[in-house]
Amino acid sequence: MDLYEHQARQLFEEHGIPVPRAEVTDSAKEARDIARRLGGRAMVKAQVKTGGRGKAGGVRLAADPAAAELTARQILGMDIKGHQVGSVMLAEPVDVAEEFYVSYVLDRGAGGFLVIASAQGDMEIEEVAATRPEAVARIPVDRAEGVSSAKAGEIASAAGLPPQSVDVLLRLWQVMVREDALLVEGNPLVRTAQGRILALDGKVTLDDNARFRQARWGERDEPYQDPLEAAAAERGLTHVRLDGEVGIIRNGAGLVMSTLDVVAGCGARPANFLDIGGGASAQVMADGLTVILSDPAVRSVFVNVFGGITACDAVAEGIVAAVDTVRLTKPLVVRLDGNNAERGRAILGERAHPLVEQATTMDGAACRAAELAHTA
Amino acid sequence: MAIHLTKESKVLVQGMTGDQGLRHTRRMLAAGTNIVGGVNPRKAGQSVDFTGQDVPVFGSVADGMRATGADATVVFVPPAFAKGAVVEAADAGIPLAVVITEGIPVHDTVAFTAHARRTGSRVIGPNCPGLITPGQSNAGIIPADITRPGPIGLVSKSGTLTYQLMYELRDIGFSTCVGIGGDPVVGTSHIDCLAAFQDDPDTELIVLIGEIGGDAEERAAAYIHDHVTKPVVGYIAGFTAPEGRTMGHAGAIVSGSAGTARAKQEALETSGVRVGRTPTETARLVEETLRPG
Repeated sequence: MDLYEHQARQLFEEHGIPVPRAEVTDSAKEARDIARRLGGRAMVKAQVKTGGRGKAGGVRLAADPAAAELTARQILGMDIKGHQVGSVMLAEPVDVAEEFYVSYVLDRGAGGFLVIASAQGDMEIEEVAATRPEAVARIPVDRAEGVSSAKAGEIASAAGLPPQSVDVLLRLWQVMVREDALLVEGNPLVRTAQGRILALDGKVTLDDNARFRQARWGERDEPYQDPLEAAAAERGLTHVRLDGEVGIIRNGAGLVMSTLDVVAGCGARPANFLDIGGGASAQVMADGLTVILSDPAVRSVFVNVFGGITACDAVAEGIVAAVDTVRLTKPLVVRLDGNNAERGRAILGERAHPLVEQATTMDGAACRAAELAHTA
Repeated sequence: MAIHLTKESKVLVQGMTGDQGLRHTRRMLAAGTNIVGGVNPRKAGQSVDFTGQDVPVFGSVADGMRATGADATVVFVPPAFAKGAVVEAADAGIPLAVVITEGIPVHDTVAFTAHARRTGSRVIGPNCPGLITPGQSNAGIIPADITRPGPIGLVSKSGTLTYQLMYELRDIGFSTCVGIGGDPVVGTSHIDCLAAFQDDPDTELIVLIGEIGGDAEERAAAYIHDHVTKPVVGYIAGFTAPEGRTMGHAGAIVSGSAGTARAKQEALETSGVRVGRTPTETARLVEETLRPG
C-alpha cells in the first residue's frame, strides 16, 4: 500500500522526524482557513499517489488565504496521470538552503535492505544516478543490525549530508522497521536557512502482508472507486478492470498475466480479469460470472482453467451450475486442461448451453473469444 | 539425481496438523514422498493416521531430525508464525526448508532468509508451490500426477504456469520442477536453480519461467551467458499486464532495469535463450530443441 504524502508526513511526525506544519482538506473553502492558520502564505499540494505533481501544476505557492482557496479550487478535481485529485495538503513554505535525497528501500536482488542517499537533492535522483553515480551513496543495511548512530554517520558522510541529518536517518529507519515499510523516502530532505533538517516531502510504501500486525492500517483504507471491484471484493474475489472487450476468468495467480498476453496476441484486448482462486466451486464460479457479465464493456468471456489440485470435472460442474443460476447474456469460451480434463469437457458437452463453447488449447480458446468479442 | 529433492529425502512437515498441512501431507504421501514426521509443539508425541500410514508428530524440528534423520522440511504454518518456524528449522541444521506459506511480511522473510544463509540451510519460497522430482518425491503442493520423470529441469516464479508447462511437456517429462515463489524476496533464485540443473546429469534442458517486476530474469540471463552450457528455453508472462505499482524513485535505481517483459525477453535472447510467446509455443520450442527434426 502506497501512502499519500500527508499520511507519510504524519508517520514521520509520529516518529519524531521534523516536517513542515501542514493540514489536509478536500474543500477549497477550508483551504483558506488552513492558510490563515499557517500564517497566510502556503504551499498547496495535490494529494495523489503518483510522481510528477509539480510539472502537472499540482504543487503551487499561494501568497495569501484568498489565493490558497482559489488555488485549491483549481487543483481539486485535476487529473494527474490518471489520478483524480481528491484532497490537497497545505504546508507552511520553507526557506530552503540545501536539498538532499534519502531512501530506505527493499533490494529484491540482494534479499535485504538498502539506503540510497545523495546531496544532489535538487535534481531528479534517477538522473543523478545515471549521470553522476559517484554522487549517490548506496549502502546495504542489515535487517538484524539495523541503523546505529555509527551507521547513520557512515551514510551521511558517504553521501555528503550534513552531520545534523544523522538523527533523521536513524528515525527514517525506525519508520521502515516499526511500520513494516518496503520504502521510506525523504525527497527532498532539506536544510533550512535557519539550519534545521526537515523532510519536505515523503513517500512510504507499506507491506500489505503485515496488515495482521499493524492494527491502524484500516484507517487508511479507501472505498472501492469501481462498483465492479466492490462487488467482487464483497464476494471475496479479485477483479481488475482493463479497457478492452474480452472478460477473463481464471483460477490461480500465475496464469493471469499469461492469459492477458495470449488474448492480446489474438488481436483483442482484455476488458478485465477476475481471479476465482484455486477452489473454483459452483458458487464461486457463479459469483465470478455475475460480476464479469455485469460489466457492459465485456462482449465475450474466456474462462481459462488449469485443473491441478482442483480437478477439471469439479470445475466443469461449477460452470454448469453457474450457467443455470446466472442468466448468460454473452458467449463463453471455456478451456479446461489438466487433471480429469476429458471428464470435465464431457460434463460441459452434455449441458450443451448454446452460448458456451469449448476449446482444448489456451491459444485456440483465446483467439475464439477474441473473434466472438468482435462479431457479437 | 535431480536437484535438491530425491526419493532418499526424509521430509518433515511443519504445520502438518492444520487443514492445509493435513490435506497436502496426504497428497505428498500419495506421490511417494518419504514423510517422516510432523512438527507441532502442542501435539508432540501424538501421531496422525493417513489411511494406514502413521506419521509421528514431534515437538520441534530438532527432535524430529534426531529421531528420523530428516533432511528437509515443508512449512505450512500461518504467516504470523512462519519466521519462527524457519528460524527454528535453520537452527536445527535442516539442509532444506520449503516455505509454502503465503502472505509473510517481507521484513520477516528478509530476516529468516538471512538467518538461513548464516546456518547454511537452503530456503525455497516463501509463497511458492514447492518442488517436485517426478516419480521420486514431492515437497509442497504441486500436483504430482500431471507429468512424469524425464530430462527437463524447470524453474519458475509462478505456480499455475509451472503446472501448465509440466502438463504440456508430460510426454517428455521432468528431472525436477522448482517453484521458487513470487514474493519480492525469496530464499532460492532462478540462478541458484540454473547452477544446480547445469550440474545435474539427469537434466538435459532447462525451462525458465519468469514474469514482470524486479530484475531476477535479467540477472539469470547474464548467468546463463557466462555459466550455462545446457540449452535453456524461456517464457515470460506479463507483456500486456497493466502497469503495476511503482516503488517511488528508488526501485529503478536499485535494479537498473525497467522490469518489463520485453526487457527480460531481450536479455534472455541475447544470452542465446529461445523465448516462447505463449506457454504452448514454449513447450513446442522445448520439443524442437530436444528432438530436432
